[in-house]
Amino acid sequence: MITATHPVETKKNYLNAEEGLKSWLLTSDHKRIAILYLISVTFFFALGGMYAALIRLELATPAGDLVESNVYNKFFTMHGVIMVFFFLIPSIPAVLGNFFLPMMIGAKDLAFPKINLLSWYIYMVGGVFTLYVLLSGGVDTGWTFYTPFSTSYSNGYVIAAGLGIFINGFSAILTGLNFIVTVHRMRAPGMTWFRMPLFVWAHYATSMIQILGTPVIAVTLFLLVLERGLHIGFFDPAYGGDPVLYQHLFWFYSHPAVYIMILPSMGVVTEIITTFCSKKPFGYTFIAFSSVAIAVFGFLVWGHHLFVSSQSIYAGLVFSVLSYIVAIPSAIKVFNWTATMYKGSVRLETPMLYAIGFIGLFTVGGLTGLFLASLGMNVHLTDTYFVIAHFHYVMVGGAIMGFMGGIHYWWPKMFGRMYSQVWSKVAAIIIFTGFNLTFFPQFILGYMGMPRRYHAYPAEWQVLNVLSSAGASILGLGYLIAIIYLLYSLKFGAIAPPNPWGATTLEWMTDSPPIAENFEVTPVITQEVYTYSAEEVLHVV
Amino acid sequence: MSSPAAAANVRHHFENAEQQKDASTIGMWIFLVTELMFFGGLFMAYFVYRQAYPDAFASASNKTDLLIGAFNTTVLICSSLTMALAVNAAAVGKKALLIMFLVATLLLGSAFLGVKTYEYHDKWVHHEIPGQHFECEGCKDSGHASLFFSLYFAMTGLHASHMIIGAGYLIFLIIQAKKGKFTPAWHTPVEMFGLYWHFIDIVWIFLFPLLYLIDRVHK
Amino acid sequence: MSALKESSHDQTTEGHAAHHGPSKGVYYAVFATLIVLTWVTSWIATVDLGPFNIYVALSIAVFKATMVLFFFMHVKYGTRLTKMIIMSGIYWLILLLFIVMMDFWTRNWMGVPGR
Repeated sequence: MITATHPVETKKNYLNAEEGLKSWLLTSDHKRIAILYLISVTFFFALGGMYAALIRLELATPAGDLVESNVYNKFFTMHGVIMVFFFLIPSIPAVLGNFFLPMMIGAKDLAFPKINLLSWYIYMVGGVFTLYVLLSGGVDTGWTFYTPFSTSYSNGYVIAAGLGIFINGFSAILTGLNFIVTVHRMRAPGMTWFRMPLFVWAHYATSMIQILGTPVIAVTLFLLVLERGLHIGFFDPAYGGDPVLYQHLFWFYSHPAVYIMILPSMGVVTEIITTFCSKKPFGYTFIAFSSVAIAVFGFLVWGHHLFVSSQSIYAGLVFSVLSYIVAIPSAIKVFNWTATMYKGSVRLETPMLYAIGFIGLFTVGGLTGLFLASLGMNVHLTDTYFVIAHFHYVMVGGAIMGFMGGIHYWWPKMFGRMYSQVWSKVAAIIIFTGFNLTFFPQFILGYMGMPRRYHAYPAEWQVLNVLSSAGASILGLGYLIAIIYLLYSLKFGAIAPPNPWGATTLEWMTDSPPIAENFEVTPVITQEVYTYSAEEVLHVV
Repeated sequence: MSSPAAAANVRHHFENAEQQKDASTIGMWIFLVTELMFFGGLFMAYFVYRQAYPDAFASASNKTDLLIGAFNTTVLICSSLTMALAVNAAAVGKKALLIMFLVATLLLGSAFLGVKTYEYHDKWVHHEIPGQHFECEGCKDSGHASLFFSLYFAMTGLHASHMIIGAGYLIFLIIQAKKGKFTPAWHTPVEMFGLYWHFIDIVWIFLFPLLYLIDRVHK
Repeated sequence: MSALKESSHDQTTEGHAAHHGPSKGVYYAVFATLIVLTWVTSWIATVDLGPFNIYVALSIAVFKATMVLFFFMHVKYGTRLTKMIIMSGIYWLILLLFIVMMDFWTRNWMGVPGR
């Protein structure tokens, strides 16, 4: 995929160490597996984005004139399934985490390289199931697969979709397992727990969630598939089952899954901010432990998705209070990032633009989450566009901004090339603008009562919907520009020095791109992480 | 530090055999935790419905055969013992003993699965399979009894599928052991498989009272 | 159970991997206990203890599982990290069971359907 003929690449690195398709498909190098993942998640992101475009196209006019309601149902379901399970959850951990977690702690590879490759294949098998669903006629249940609709009434391919997610879950479990073992056992000499970059802490917390949560949704979907396939009752009220039990089991995983998406992104943002301020992050231990706290508290709040179901009102009260508590560690992080930037020599390079964008958008997403966590307010806002806007601010404004920031931050290290500084800044600003134009009107729409998952709406909401659709096309344009100049840079970009941003973490202390075993000799760590000397600051490009 | 035989098995990204062994052990335990949560979802469903329909669960549970259940539990515990002894034999380098205990484990595991098949067949004969032709003769609240049997089959079925996978891996281990791959310094696969096998045993230790032993007094 | 002593040396660092298991005598003792308890729990199920049958059955199951965990799976001789991993697994399982049951236990307290 990368040209090997260019003169500078005569030096051996992980990209040209071996050649041929087979050397990629059978690789056990964590960096190559990360690239495989990068290609696959980008594919699914484009696919999910296509469905988003179709949804916004339909909603540009009040009448349901582009597609029938049933087809529209399939659009938003496929959008949700693909984006959540096949893009957001693997995006940062499986691409950036896979690539940089071992390097940051001075390891040659993850603890189980073959299992790492296996996880990619499992991901692809799950993806094939999803593509099968998509080609054979789709599924119309929404990404939550709520029973009894999904088990008794839906006309879509629920079983295949459920199996796809079930299989894909194991890929996330294996990645998480690999990360935890790697952090425990593969650290270089002198790399103590509190010398690890905060990106690693964030991934450790993420892995905890993946390990403890994913099996529960796996077994839930297993029961769902059994119920639909064999017509036996687990959740079906006709057999005395309780659909709310399904919702409990589903959200026991799927709420923490939000933190699977956002925690790695927070880790990326921490790295970017400390590098582009050339300053130790404010409150290292607080940021580290707030990651773990988010992972732990994140498991206690799932009931806020069930406020309008027949969940007991007393359980609702407890879940509401607990949901407020999870805001505390998130807020700690936001305060620490801003405190790091305060009086730092902030350099507004492209990754930093994304990081600053992340802080703003995540704050909006987080604060509107508090609206939804309060019981009374939630009854008014449940299943409206307010919810849609809220979680897109967290997932797109949070997770994807972090992903884009991370890609731009580490691109020179991954491929040894610099991308266009001008175009990348233009794209970052377009994405930020387009994003806000897409989703901010949805807060207002939701507050006015526009329900989610409908393909038609009253005419008085058209202005806001057209704004949103226009924003979506701007957002799409931004991503397109980014893809173009990033691909262009692979061949024509300037050669990247080993440490273009003046960062201090270990992955920058080796070649760009790194050699197959990451470091010439195993690094020995003798000083604290993020120690910026005056000399290093001057080295900035 | 580590013998040449062990060093040959150290993969390139590890510093030494000890680090590799440690990584495998931690990895295996984390995997077992995911298995615990996997079965946990089923236990969750079980507790909710048992609390909601105690009568249906009690009378449906009485349809299972207590003696067969207890016998099968005994078989599984025996296989756990032989597995533990196999790990022990591998650790002291007794090849013949290792193979013998692995084979014994395989046989006992197969015996468990055989008895399970007999039980399933029995349920089939008595129409106690949930679905269209389900009936639960003499059950109180027989409408909800099918919920018990749905859970019964999901839980024991998932347990049995773990046993089948385990039996397959056991065959692989026996072949490896015959080739003399395992030494006192390196027998990690045997040890890791032992953990897996004991875990399946633990799951059954809970399934047995929950499925077979509900309210045997007031038939 | 004096056989336990020989291998219960203290391990404070998580990096130390050389945990040998217990002696064969321990295995047989544990095995015998497990078999006896299996038949005891089967027998007790047929004795009327009122509401306590389920608690007795589960207590015996927990005890048996602990025996398997400690001796067959060598946790007693294992590292602190192993114990932590197991504890977190059990903790999260209890979290799932307890919090969901919290909903089902408090349903209908208000006497309003669906609340």
